[in-house]
Amino acid sequence: MRLKPELSERHTLSVLVDNEAGILARIAGLFSARGYNIESLTVADINEDESISRITIVTSGPPHVIEQIISQLERLVPVHKVTDLTALGPHIERELALIKVASTGEQRIEALRLADVYRARVVDATTSSFVFELTGGAEKIDKFIELMREVGLVEIARTGIVAIARGKEAA
Amino acid sequence: MSSERRGAEILIEALIDLGVEVVFGYPGGAVLPIYDAMFQQNRIRHILVRQEGGAVHAAEGYARSTGKPGVVLVTSGPGATNAVTGIADALMDSIPIVVITGQVPTSLIGTDAFQECDTIGITRHCTKHNYLVKDPAKLGDIVHEAFYLATSGRPGPVVIDLPKDVQVATARYSKPKSISHQAYRPQVDPDAARIEAAVEMLAAAERPILYTGGGIINSGPQASAALRELARLADVPVTSTLMGLGAFPASSPQWLGMLGMHGTYESNMAMNRADLILCLGARFDDRVTGRLDAFSPRSKKIHVDIDRSSINKNVRVDLPIVSDVGRAIEAMVALWKARKPRTHGLKRWWDEIDQWRAKRSLDFPPSTSEIMPQQAIRSLWEATKDRSPIISTEVGQHQMWAAQHFDFEAPNKWLTSGGLGTMGYGLPAAIGAQIGNPDALVIDIAGEASILMNIQEMSTAAQYRLPVKVFILNNQYMGMVRQWQELTYSSRYAESYTEALPDFVKLAEAYGWTGIRIEKPDDLDAGITAMLDHDGPVMVDCRVAQLANCFPMIPSGAAHTEMILQANEVSGEMDDEAKALV
Repeated sequence: MRLKPELSERHTLSVLVDNEAGILARIAGLFSARGYNIESLTVADINEDESISRITIVTSGPPHVIEQIISQLERLVPVHKVTDLTALGPHIERELALIKVASTGEQRIEALRLADVYRARVVDATTSSFVFELTGGAEKIDKFIELMREVGLVEIARTGIVAIARGKEAA
Repeated sequence: MSSERRGAEILIEALIDLGVEVVFGYPGGAVLPIYDAMFQQNRIRHILVRQEGGAVHAAEGYARSTGKPGVVLVTSGPGATNAVTGIADALMDSIPIVVITGQVPTSLIGTDAFQECDTIGITRHCTKHNYLVKDPAKLGDIVHEAFYLATSGRPGPVVIDLPKDVQVATARYSKPKSISHQAYRPQVDPDAARIEAAVEMLAAAERPILYTGGGIINSGPQASAALRELARLADVPVTSTLMGLGAFPASSPQWLGMLGMHGTYESNMAMNRADLILCLGARFDDRVTGRLDAFSPRSKKIHVDIDRSSINKNVRVDLPIVSDVGRAIEAMVALWKARKPRTHGLKRWWDEIDQWRAKRSLDFPPSTSEIMPQQAIRSLWEATKDRSPIISTEVGQHQMWAAQHFDFEAPNKWLTSGGLGTMGYGLPAAIGAQIGNPDALVIDIAGEASILMNIQEMSTAAQYRLPVKVFILNNQYMGMVRQWQELTYSSRYAESYTEALPDFVKLAEAYGWTGIRIEKPDDLDAGITAMLDHDGPVMVDCRVAQLANCFPMIPSGAAHTEMILQANEVSGEMDDEAKALV
């Protein structure tokens, strides 16, 4: 007997939650308990009294699983609202990465040149290294990191994706 | 504004304000302040169980049979972990309970203190919600909110973890005026346009069926009344899940019996051939649907559920209605009466159903030498039906035979562990039901394997002089395991036979109960009568045919049309795809 994989699609969900102890464990645990994927998860409080947080989750699964994920999230008591930004249509996704590169000579110059092409900022420098700060879509960051591997990549820190709907309305 | 009180007293006061009459519990170090406060009041009755797992099932039995939330009080660490099975059980079956667990003092949390465990972490995914209370000033509001969460929307278990120092620290408490939650707002009223669409679909259907579930019991007796009215008006057949038994009277000619894996032939065939399924407070679980791609292939499906996540979870439906099921049915009844929308009769559909009924799928081979377990249930039903008994069960063959052969006429009379399938549920659930219904006849229909899982609760029943009856169908096997081994693994009975069972009659006597053994078919009725005549707890050891199987049965991964009936039972080996299914 062989197990059959299902076709899946990628969705970015924006989840507004009460900023209470254990909320992240509640959300992350729901995903592991029901076998859903998490590709990226970010969280920060977003209102004045820090009582509400926005969690941005990038997940993937067949359409009926995505629908279940949204319903299951909405079922959690501290969850105010779940928005499927992918289903909603036009929205902005951004991620920030810090990328450390150590090299000398021609490689060092090449790293700086590529950083310029990608509009990465130098936020730390020594005579033999740089730390670049790069903001953009996940694909752009992936591509930049791929290039940096050839010119002395040391380590990477990424924030995960945050996202918001386009236009004047709150999603 | 009232004066300051200890956290433990605030808890008790809040419970009293919430109308709590009884708490099932077990003391321990981390709840001593609460037990001391409990000792000094007489408004709430405490029922001392013999293991914390028993407390939770007792609270479930109390809740299911009374419609009121069940309350549990246990200590930290092992007290809380012993409660986990019951909490998970209540989540699966949507039973409103509030479990208060003691916790080590806040200063010791995270230090691996004595009897410390991460109760909040452990119960996070088997509760509807849980709270760690760190401030006695918030305790009162949290207790009120916990009851609101447990009982509203889709009911379920809520845990309140209460550190010992918070039980001792003082704060003010006043009863909150109203409870609302910013994020949690269950949708209880149906969308009018969808109700209209549902009524039109029901009226237009030529082969409709009502598929009802435990949500109707949860919604309250008025939901059962509305269901009966809707079924009568629309002249439709009614089937039910295990959890929904009693919502519709088994004596009605419109009743098809339970559906699903051990459901009747007529209910499963009617589901398969229907052109409209109106699902009311059920959740299309795997025991009901069988093989999903063969499930009711030609029907339109309407699904009424208070929990949006139940909709389209297993089966795609054509018309979802998120609502309290009772209110939705009442709205359909009102609209049906106003419009009288049906223009055709359903005679052809009923004729077809009658042909399936003629299979008599619940018939079983009679025996004069052995007691057939099905006959034991029938006889028990005959002897008790006029007393409207409350029946609890353990889990296994006896549970399915009880569901098939004991006819229920009213809601809140049937207590069983449906979703989690917890052996050991029945005795403590019967105790809880008897506490909540002191004058009722409460019987736990048990198996000899399951009953041993919470046998210690016999001592609880003895202490409170509860006249519960335990009727054991004793075949010396974990019967359902043995049956699956017979059908799936060529009768290789791995570990499903119990070599050493206690003498249940002597065991009963040791606990201060009365014990009765029934061994021959001729003694069955007399034994049941003796059990019923005794005004106290009775354990009946009814020796039944050891190798009897529970039919009809839809094997795992099979379609509704591929039922195994008693007449053509098969032993053999199944392929790996079938073996991989639950």
